Parts: sequence; structure tokens; C-alpha cells
Amino acid sequence: MSKKKESKTPLLDDLEDGPWPSFITDLKNLAKKKPAVGQLLGQLEQSYEERWDHWLGTVINTPGYGGGIIARYSDIGNKFPDIAQFHTIRVIEPAGWVYSTDALRQLCDISEKYSAGILQFHGMTGDILMLGSNNEKTLEAAEELMEKGWDIGGSGNGLRTLSCCIGPAYCEMACFDTIKTTKFLTDTFISQLHRPEFPYKFKFKLSGCPNDCANSIQRSDMPIIGTWRDEIQVNQEEVKKFIDEKGEEYVVDNVITRCPTKCITLKNKKIEIDDKNCVKCMHCINVMHKALAPGKDRGVTILLGGKRTLKIGDTMSSVIVPFMKLETDEDYEKLIDLVRRIWEFWTEHGMDHERVGEFIDRVGLGTFLDGIGLEPDPQMVRHPRTNPYIKFEELAPPKIDGEPKVAPNVVDKEIEGREIVVDMQK
Amino acid sequence: MAEKKKMAPRDNGAPDYKKFLHPMMAKNYGKWKYHENLRPGVNMYVAESGDRLYVVRAGSTRTMSVDTVRKICDIADKYCQGHLRFTSRSNLEFLVTKKEEIEPLIKEVKDKLGFHVGGTGHSISNILHTQGWLHCNLPGTDAAGAVKAMMDVLYEDFINERLPQRVKISTSCCQINCGGQADIAINLQHHHPPKINHDNMKICEHPKVVAICPVAAIRPAKKDGKDTLEVVEEKCMYCGACHGQCPSMEIRDANTDTLAIWVGGKSSNTRGGPSFMKLATYGIPNNPPRWPEVSDAVKKILNAYKEGAKEEERIGEWIERIGWKRFFEVTGFKFTKYHIDTYRYARTTFNTSTQVRL
Repeated sequence: MSKKKESKTPLLDDLEDGPWPSFITDLKNLAKKKPAVGQLLGQLEQSYEERWDHWLGTVINTPGYGGGIIARYSDIGNKFPDIAQFHTIRVIEPAGWVYSTDALRQLCDISEKYSAGILQFHGMTGDILMLGSNNEKTLEAAEELMEKGWDIGGSGNGLRTLSCCIGPAYCEMACFDTIKTTKFLTDTFISQLHRPEFPYKFKFKLSGCPNDCANSIQRSDMPIIGTWRDEIQVNQEEVKKFIDEKGEEYVVDNVITRCPTKCITLKNKKIEIDDKNCVKCMHCINVMHKALAPGKDRGVTILLGGKRTLKIGDTMSSVIVPFMKLETDEDYEKLIDLVRRIWEFWTEHGMDHERVGEFIDRVGLGTFLDGIGLEPDPQMVRHPRTNPYIKFEELAPPKIDGEPKVAPNVVDKEIEGREIVVDMQK
Repeated sequence: MAEKKKMAPRDNGAPDYKKFLHPMMAKNYGKWKYHENLRPGVNMYVAESGDRLYVVRAGSTRTMSVDTVRKICDIADKYCQGHLRFTSRSNLEFLVTKKEEIEPLIKEVKDKLGFHVGGTGHSISNILHTQGWLHCNLPGTDAAGAVKAMMDVLYEDFINERLPQRVKISTSCCQINCGGQADIAINLQHHHPPKINHDNMKICEHPKVVAICPVAAIRPAKKDGKDTLEVVEEKCMYCGACHGQCPSMEIRDANTDTLAIWVGGKSSNTRGGPSFMKLATYGIPNNPPRWPEVSDAVKKILNAYKEGAKEEERIGEWIERIGWKRFFEVTGFKFTKYHIDTYRYARTTFNTSTQVRL
């Protein structure tokens, strides 16, 4: 006879050892008061044994919303009845992920009252995830969350929850107010976040400087990244101190030669920067952050079209607005107007399940810029095109004498014969 | 009439961040001067006013019980005036204003939560991951468990800052790759076209499934008089896009799915700008509960990187300097025809010069 009671989860038990904290141990403790969590571990153990998943995914919605809840049903719910319905609520996080303990405790209480008592900080999109409630309790939890002032987040073919870096709350590199802007955009577009109306999902991520701590270029459709257009601020006294401390060779190897546009020179323990050729990469500032700082005339660079792998492979966002100020109400209005124009053109012409980056891939950036009413800018490309297959609208003969020249019908080229005139005035 | 419950307000929007900011953050908002790294896991942010905010970073498990979150709150109440932050990689950040409280806080984080302090500067940060078998409907492998197993092996590089540059690691449980770009990424790889359950195809919207295939390999078909779909196997590249759309087109296979390791992703605009990760090695068994073969391969990459990279070089930049030939030599991974791209823009990845390392 074995002395110890035989464990029901021998494979998961193995993950209780080792120096890194174990979520298994945490969930096992939780299972003492939440039987559903014990069953969750039971199902997970079975997945580990079989190398096979046991969740079915679908959608349930709370009245008035078309997103915010990720429904999961166990396909072995007869064996684990307490997790037969085991849904996730996506809760919109405070911008910058800064919390008061009161707020966190409130989330804990709601989670414990209605669901399994499991929280995740955070989902890849940025929201708080509250795991483990059935159909009925999920809706009740959502009501209580909203009653207490929280709101639930995006899912489906709509705007997803926004996220941003810590920005001006403690970082000296922040070139614009990421936190305020995230809150502003969330609130302005709250309907698009709750009522999916796009061809596919749309994500904003905001980073205060080109270090891009929000991973916005690779992970969002529309990155908004802080930058500056005047000179890097140089404190020569601190430069000298840095050189005295680290040595000139270190500065040459790790700062001067690492500059991508070779625009820094070092003379007599002083740094000179050719700011016209600085591309705001942040490297020198990161290494010498006491001596150097972003310039004072700050704003944002806006990019568009990034997404993860599915279908066309990974794409990064690319520049559509090299620089704009983002300080006054008018600046914010301009940003809102740009977003609306992008959504209108993409929603009108995008195909089902087509992210905005895939859409641009299909119709061409030139057509896209026409469609949203933006002037082309050399900063939008690495270099001009290298092939000669160009439809010059101005140089083409009119189709019929007297008919005005219109943009070639490329947006809807799949549908032959159908005339689409893109309104460029909007 | 049954009592009708009042509906809660809708469209509240994002919570008001101003209520959540630490008082020192609110006071010095947008007026920070510089920061300094005091020790691995602890940064000091100095404001123009002279205020100093000490940010103590600890790696969380991301998936946490309410009791663990409450313990975190207790610590934040004691040391941080009731405020704390999470990072994009699921680290906790305790916000401290008194320098002498840093060490007692770190001790309490270790004793009460079992969390390690680190993940700043030139270290490995917490591993990005998503739901896996715990709560996703598409995964071929687990996420949280794989991260736990790997961090057990790598945690010395989390609590120290002894790498040439920061290293970010991510994991993904299917080829959608939710985990994202990273210096080192561990992603699941499928090895055959979807297996179609023709008896249950009525649950799927067939035109949507046809349209979602990036290589136009799916077309309508009839089987036993019923509408279904078929896959042109030579065209299919096993991406699983159809599976997300239609659960009856199963792309996963417990017997054949493997893991691949990718290197050189970077999201920051520093120096050469953001970059995508590239295939390093593949065919690693999907081996729960600890995936030891994955950790071995990751360690090989890290050791070669520590050995060969210059200061400030991320993994991708190091490889760019020494060349892929040397990368495969120093890691011992075999370069095969599968490392050569065959998808869109493949030719842009070929070497079109005489610049070779001999």
C-alpha cells in the first residue's frame, strides 16, 4: 500500500518543483474552495497526458454588446461538469496597467463571487482576464463589473482593447501622453469596441517613444509612437562624466558606432549630433540617459497595418503620418478624423477577415492613401519602387472622349465591370 | 411579475487612470528626468522635483488565483501606498518611495509570493505566453506550463543582468503565434493538412472557410450527397487558418505536432529598427510536462549568444554580424532546405551578393 494518496495530477505535480513560482500550486490551493478549479486541473492533466486540448470556443454576449466575452465549453464536460461552461470575461484595463489595490481587490471579489477566482494580468491585447464562469454567472459578473464602473473589452471583428506603455507616469523618455491618449481613444471609440462592425479586428497600441515598449509596430494595426522633431537635448557635463566613468572606447563602441545613421561625433569629451539625420532610434539616449534626452518639440509618428502570423505571415506596421503634434484638442480631433477615414475606406472595401494591413497589401498603399485622403510622403517607404509597372493616371488617355479621368478601378478589381469611384475628398 | 433587474450602465469606457496612479506618479506626471538601475529588478526614476520612485519588478505567473492577487495587494498596501503596476510581459512592478523599504519588500515578495525580482536591463524578461491547454480552443501545446518549465531553467538570467543585451522570449501554442515576436520564440508547428470531419461540416460557414485560406487550397465538395469542403493537399501549408474558422477541420495532431525555435525578433526601433524572428531549429518534440528538449535548445542559443555577442547587441544583431553560417556552427543546429523561405517574398531573403563568410 502506498503511504501517500495517489495524486490525480502526477504530470502537473511535476510543475510544482523548481525555483520559478508555480501556477499549479496556486491553482491547487484555490481548488480547496473552488471545486471547479480542481476539475480544471483534472482536464489540464488529461491534456498533458494526451497532448490534446479539450476546449470548444464560441461566443456569448451580454445585452447591448457584441464582444467582451470569450466562451469556452469543455468537450469532456460530462467528466468535469463544473467546467462544462468555463468562460472568460475581458475587462478593459486602466491605461498603463497601473492599479490601486482597492480596484484589484474589487476585481478579486467579483471574480470569486461569480467565477472560478482565476485572474490573468493580462491578455496579449492588454485586457484583464477573468476566468471560469458559466453562462448565467458570466452575464451576472459582467453586470456587476459595469455597475461598479468597469467595462468589458473587445473581441470579434471590432476594435480591440487598447494598450500602452507607462508613458509619462514614470518614464522620462515619453514624448506624448500615452495613458491619456489611450483613455481618450477608448472612450471615443467605445461603440466600435463593443459592437463589431469591421471586416476584422483592429488594434491600437501606444508607445511613448521609439523604444516601443507596447510592441506596437509588430502587434497592432495602428501604432502611435512618441517622437520629436528638434534636437536631442545634450547635457555636456553629464557626457563628460559618462566618458570619464566608462572610458572613451566604451562610448565609441557602444554609442557612436551603434548610431544607425552615423550622426554622432565625439570631440574633446563632447558629443555633437547631426540632428537632421537622426532617425530617433533612441539607442544613444538609452545608453546615456542622464546625458541625453529626446528633443522638446514632441509629437507622434503613426503607422498602420501590423499583425501576427495568420494567413499572410507577419507584417509590421508602416508609416502613414511621419510626424504630428498631439497636444491640443484640435490635434486630437485630427487623429480621430484620420482614424474615421481609415475605418470608412477599409470597412467599405475590405473583405471578410481582412486586417487593414492585408487590405493595403491587396489594393496598394498608393490607392489606400488616395482612399483616406493622405498625401504620399517619402518617409512612408524604405525606397521608391524598383519596377516600371505603373498606372500613371495623369498620363493615361481618357477612356472615352470627354469623360473625366478617374482613378483606375483597382479596389474592386475582382468584380469586373462594377464601377467604384473612390471619394477622395473625404 | 418577476422582479426585473436593472441593467448596469453600458459603454463606461476605460477606467479612470487618474484614480489609480501612485501619488508620486500623479505629482510628477510628465516631469521625469532620468532613471538608474540600482540592481537587477530595481530601477530608480528621478523626477525634476527631485522625487525618487523605486520600481521593483517581479516576475508573476500571469495566471493567478484571487488569493495570490490579494497577497500582492497586501504587499502593495504595506510598501507602495496601495498602488502597483503590471508590465506588458506580466511582471509586477511595486512602486516604492523609501529606498530603505526596497530590501524588506523584495524579501516579502519572495517569502509570501515566491516571485523573483529581476527582469530589468540586460536580462531575460518574463516569458510571454497565452492560454494554451488551460483555456484556448486552438492550441497544440500548453503555454503556462511550458513557461514555468523554461523559467525554472532560465531564472538565473532573470535575476541577474549578465547578458549582452535584453533577451525577450515568447511561446505560441499554434501557428497563429499569439506569443509574438521575440529574441527567442518557441512555436508549435503542424505537419499535415487539416483532417476534415465530413459528418460535422454543417457547423461551419463554408464560403468563409474557402475565403480564409491564404493559398486558395480549399474548395467546395460533396460527400455522400452532403455539402462539405476539400483541401488540395499540395497547396496546403498547414497554417491552420481554416481550423480557427471551422472546428471540423482539425489541424492539430497529438502524434505529429512539433515545436520550432525562432530567433532574432526585436520590437524596438533602436539601431536597425524592429525585426522579425527567423527559423533556428525545428522538429523538437512536444513533450509535457517539462519540454526538456526545448530548454536544451534555448540554452544552446543563449550560451552561444553570451559567448559571442558584443555588448548592446540583441540576438538578431549578433547573428547579423557573425552571419547565419556561423550561427549554425556555434549552436550546432543543422541548416537545411527547410530554413529557406518558400512563401511570399522568399527571394528577398536570398543572398544576392558575393558577401559570404569563408
